[in-house]
Amino acid sequence: MIPHNRSTTTREMGMVILALLPGFFALTWIFGPGALVHAAIMVPAAILAESMILLIRGRSPASTISDLSSILTALLLAAALPPLLPWWMAIMGVLFAIILAKQLYGGLGQNPFNPAMVGYVILLISFPLEMTSWLPPSGIEGATMGLSQTVQIILGIGEHQPLDTLTGATPLDAMKTALDQGFTIRESQEMVPVGIMAGAGWEWVNLAFLAGGLLLLITGTISWQIPVSMLVALHLTAFFFNTVDPANFTTPLYHLLSGGIMLGAFFIATDPVTASTTPVGRIWFGAGIGVLVYIIRTWGGYPDAVAFSVLLMNMLAPLIDHFTRPAIYGEQRGDNE
Amino acid sequence: MSAEQKKSGTPQPTIEYRKILSDGLWGNNAGLVQLLGLCPLLAVTTTTINGLGLGLATTLTLIISNLMVSSIRNIITKEIRIPVFVLIIACTVTGIELAMNAWFHELFLVLGIFIPLIVTNCAIIGRAESFASRNSLLPSLVDAIGMGIGFTLILMFLGGIRELFGFGTLFAQSDLMFGQAAEWMTITLVEDYRGFLLAILPPGAFIGLGLIIAAKNRIDQRVGTVLIGAEEEPATATQTA
Repeated sequence: MIPHNRSTTTREMGMVILALLPGFFALTWIFGPGALVHAAIMVPAAILAESMILLIRGRSPASTISDLSSILTALLLAAALPPLLPWWMAIMGVLFAIILAKQLYGGLGQNPFNPAMVGYVILLISFPLEMTSWLPPSGIEGATMGLSQTVQIILGIGEHQPLDTLTGATPLDAMKTALDQGFTIRESQEMVPVGIMAGAGWEWVNLAFLAGGLLLLITGTISWQIPVSMLVALHLTAFFFNTVDPANFTTPLYHLLSGGIMLGAFFIATDPVTASTTPVGRIWFGAGIGVLVYIIRTWGGYPDAVAFSVLLMNMLAPLIDHFTRPAIYGEQRGDNE
Repeated sequence: MSAEQKKSGTPQPTIEYRKILSDGLWGNNAGLVQLLGLCPLLAVTTTTINGLGLGLATTLTLIISNLMVSSIRNIITKEIRIPVFVLIIACTVTGIELAMNAWFHELFLVLGIFIPLIVTNCAIIGRAESFASRNSLLPSLVDAIGMGIGFTLILMFLGGIRELFGFGTLFAQSDLMFGQAAEWMTITLVEDYRGFLLAILPPGAFIGLGLIIAAKNRIDQRVGTVLIGAEEEPATATQTA
């Protein structure tokens, strides 16, 4: 792994957290304050979990917490969770992310899998119903759920409507169900709340994360290879199937602006610890995620696929790095190790 | 676990038998240290009873195969020993499979393919090769009992943890094994438990086993050389298996 010094890490993590703001703003505008409430619960939980493990391991928590990485993990997970997920599930996700996926492997820099995505996947396969129940994009119609009501539902206190009357499937989910039932794209679109370019509301969330991602690119916090290759690969795959059979496969733009694509491309796949580290390797890494997202979304069992794709490519990252290692000056080809 | 260190009902209580037993139960445990038989260990331990059923079947196989291998160890030549071991184990497993189909039919259906798969459990041929073929009948029997019970305990422990988190119960479906009279054994710890699916799914098995191995290594570190088995099997030995 790249040796890093703590102040650089803190600055980079701080930059990423700053770049998440537009995305959180869009999530709050469209789906109500659920993401903010989750963040408020999960950040302290992450800090607590990390401190606890560090104390057990006999390290000083303060210096490690100050690199902001555990806070970033909590925020990324909060941005990915459905807005009304019960609090204990959110905390459970954070605990799995910090303790199991990060600290058990030796802490920041040692973890082979992206902690936030491990937490997300564990929640998704354990609580499939809750993890796929999203609020309708009410922000567009101007009636977002209030803060106090959101807090009550997440904490499970007070009187409120049953959850299943409030929530529903995401556009990606509904579209998949409709397509699986044999409807064509055109017919499905009439059943799914569609916005201007993709699923209603979701397009704005994705554009907001894209804006934050561009900020990261401009400031040089992340390199361009992973997000660009991921988006291009997803676009090309979707374009191919859409051209061959437009009745059964959705448009590339729909794929690019649905679900967690932009969050995944700029904030999650680019995690310096778990992604490929060579320039060419990053292109393969990103492209692999893009193609896998399309495959899992189209033929897999779950509606969205960013988390699974990132974890699968995390697994391949060391192999990719091995084969794309740039030749060191003076080294002959085939002169391995 | 320390209670199990005591040898139970072994004739001729010499230190040797005590060590053979404790190796099987703890120091060289098939599931935790040798990491043999991982396929059944990870796949069937969704409940305590499944673990117990498969563990007992494996123990019985171990006892029979160890005894048979030990009794013919001076007849078979070195070159053909592996095919002979395989034949013995395959016959034993087939017999047990038929017996379970007859007497524990429900459990047999639940455990399904994993009963015939006992034949591929490396722990069994491992004991035949490394112990029974070099020792006389009695030590081989003690070794089989120790290894088998050690493996059964791990199967039950992992099964119990996964059942507890996955379903909120313990010893559910005991009737599969002990008949209708045993339904009282089922303990429901959490009423209306919503279920933590991960514990039942394969990742739960891997995570659970990893945590149990970590706990065992930690206990060994703490206890140090007090345990008999710990001297030869340092905690780090697990990683090489």
